Amino acid sequence: MNQAVQAEKPAAKRKPKETGVPENTQYLHPALLKNYGNWRYHDRPRPGVLHHVSHSGDEVWSVRAGTQRQMDVYTIRKLCDIADQFAEGRVRFTIRSNIEYIVSDEKKVDPLIAELEKSGFPVGGTGNSVTMIAHTQGWLHCDIPGTDASGVVKALMDELYEEFKREEMPNRVHLSTSCCEINCGGQADLAIIVQHTKPPKINHELVANVCERPAVVARCPVAAIRPAMVNGKPSLEIDESKCMCCGACYPPCPPMQINDPEYSKLAIWVGGKNSNARGKPTFMKMVASGLPNNAPRWPEVAEVVKNILHVYKEDARPWERMADWIDRIGWPRFFEKTGLPFTKYLIDDWRGSRANLNASTHIRF
Amino acid sequence: MAKKMHDTPNLDKLEDGPWPSFVTGLKDLAKDKDYVVDLLGQLEESYKTKKGYWKGGTVGVFGYGGGVIPRFTELKNEDGTPKFKDAAEFHTLRVMPPPGMHYDTDTLRKFCDIWEKYGSGLIAFHGQSGDIMFQGATTDNVQKAFDEINEMGFDLGGAGPAVRTSMSCVGAARCEQSCYNEAKAHRAVLNTFLDDIHRPSLPYKFKFKFSGCPNDCMNSVQRADMAVIGTWRDNIRTDEGLAKKWFAKHGMDELVNDVVARCPTKTFQLKEIGKVRKGEHISSVAVSDTHAVEIDNQDCVRCMHCINVMTGALAPGKDKGATILVGGKSHLKIGGLMGTVLIPFMKLDSDEDVEKLVDFAQRTIDFFAENALEHERTGEMIERIGLATFLDAMEIDADPAMISSPRMNPYVRTDGWDDEVAKIKAKKQAA
Repeated sequence: MNQAVQAEKPAAKRKPKETGVPENTQYLHPALLKNYGNWRYHDRPRPGVLHHVSHSGDEVWSVRAGTQRQMDVYTIRKLCDIADQFAEGRVRFTIRSNIEYIVSDEKKVDPLIAELEKSGFPVGGTGNSVTMIAHTQGWLHCDIPGTDASGVVKALMDELYEEFKREEMPNRVHLSTSCCEINCGGQADLAIIVQHTKPPKINHELVANVCERPAVVARCPVAAIRPAMVNGKPSLEIDESKCMCCGACYPPCPPMQINDPEYSKLAIWVGGKNSNARGKPTFMKMVASGLPNNAPRWPEVAEVVKNILHVYKEDARPWERMADWIDRIGWPRFFEKTGLPFTKYLIDDWRGSRANLNASTHIRF
Repeated sequence: MAKKMHDTPNLDKLEDGPWPSFVTGLKDLAKDKDYVVDLLGQLEESYKTKKGYWKGGTVGVFGYGGGVIPRFTELKNEDGTPKFKDAAEFHTLRVMPPPGMHYDTDTLRKFCDIWEKYGSGLIAFHGQSGDIMFQGATTDNVQKAFDEINEMGFDLGGAGPAVRTSMSCVGAARCEQSCYNEAKAHRAVLNTFLDDIHRPSLPYKFKFKFSGCPNDCMNSVQRADMAVIGTWRDNIRTDEGLAKKWFAKHGMDELVNDVVARCPTKTFQLKEIGKVRKGEHISSVAVSDTHAVEIDNQDCVRCMHCINVMTGALAPGKDKGATILVGGKSHLKIGGLMGTVLIPFMKLDSDEDVEKLVDFAQRTIDFFAENALEHERTGEMIERIGLATFLDAMEIDADPAMISSPRMNPYVRTDGWDDEVAKIKAKKQAA
């Protein structure tokens, strides 16, 4: 860890220009710049297309397409060619890594869509679709991943391809994946998160050289780690009955290996939303665990995800987000309808957990 | 022509199916780059063994302490040499995007040219913090790539215990629900903290996010230490033409079941036109010749639902600004925390208004820098010291909008009660 490697210094050191966040006006589509802050309403003529109308009477159409997020330069250039030939040279990206083309002429919409789809970029992701999965770095780049991210997303989006292109869900569906419990992937209606299920394995030979032991002890949220002498060397030990396998000790102390080819499992969480619409923002809740980390297609995960989405699609009323739907039908019926087993591990035992327990006779039979 | 490809039976399976495949993209790059040939080799190994093989380190550019995510391979032969030597270093440059993530194609093409020359050719739009992720460069090439990106007017974002790169929604550029100039606030705040972005020296990361309305498309409430979420104080605006058009298309069932019934505070009512109340806080609009909707804005919590459904027919009011929430974060290490309302409403129209936001951000970061423990996020710090202590430090008066309910436990020292009451009364009188 911490191997210091200095970038090769140029002959004359160039001082960085601390330009910060660039002004966005230089990149805006001219119609967006002209009507900045003056929009009146929007509608969605078809899935994947947003139509915005300004108080000035100007109109723009935005065509949204899915990308693989981790893009090679040839793909980006292809997307640019499409922007130059079939749109008006301006694009933006959404928080879920979809690309949006903006045109001020309705006639350009259909040829643009045709070209995007011909080039392999699905058009959709708007309104009540299952949009692109927000995700993390995984095996491609992360230093603490329990699984891949781009690969999981690719495999799942293949399965959800039609739902991306349609707007047939009760409300929008945001998905995220995270390759460990730190959950860089974020909050979503449905999230897939790797979960470690065994305490870390300590390589006692390395701890003293690599880890700042007090910092590691302090990092443990449940005080399960303490200093110890092992084989005559300063190391750490874990009270395995306390450890809940969060992996927080691994980043400051890689010899505490938490990832495991067999025991890093995937868990499914549902009902998170950040919007204030209807109810207040909600956190996601864990509803399934123990799914195998079965690269390269993760079929067991896809099955659970598709099942939950299918039940939600059939059962929720218009405008009910996953959280709203579960709020209406209640958790017992959620588990009943999805067929997911409710185990004792889904009862919260963390700080403040009593707030999650049912202190009423509100029970649906 | 690059060297021979490694066998990648697992990754090959990620080229099946209709969704665009990053593996196909990597293979295209590998045709000309030994670097990517070996990257695919290492990634395939991860798929085979279900283990990650990157470790961090310290790589940076001259003048900055952060913004580059170093990666060195841990996949070694028995003699300690890297198993995939051409991809032994795979560093990422985090680059701050323009607010709203708008681009012209010239800019994207220039990015491609630079990254084809100095990097792997793999770029992610965008990472989860909002950065453009230029993924994969050798130590030698990091400085060269940065110099050219920087000359284009782009700058590195944050990494480590620093102010992090920010994101703002499409906002005023293309959304009728925008309640402030997100891009202006985003730039004003972030560009104040460039030193704290480029030279990590805080207790832990600090994130700002900017959403133009309570739909919070940037997920700021759950992911930002300081969330700036647009809202308004006056009445919902209405447009009769669009309301009638909406009703003609959707009908009574949808109006009742999807809008009236879904109002969280039941302030959205359907009435016969003659029975609609008039008043300072009432919004109303006819949807047909016989019926109108009536909203008592004093009961409205500005949740956005009715506005989302009947876009244009209903719209945010004119007295716009933002709610500021502090302390949101994800899991590590005490579990997810939502941001807490610190400033229920702040105008953000003028330069002076935006200055006030910058000032509040500055005071928050100063306090965080002084008082947070190592590796402690703002939300965890506030949980540890109590919101009241944080309010005192920020010189912000307590406000019932900050809480879900007043305290439920009796264990509190209240011997300062009379002084507090006197202070509040004096302030009210002075106002």
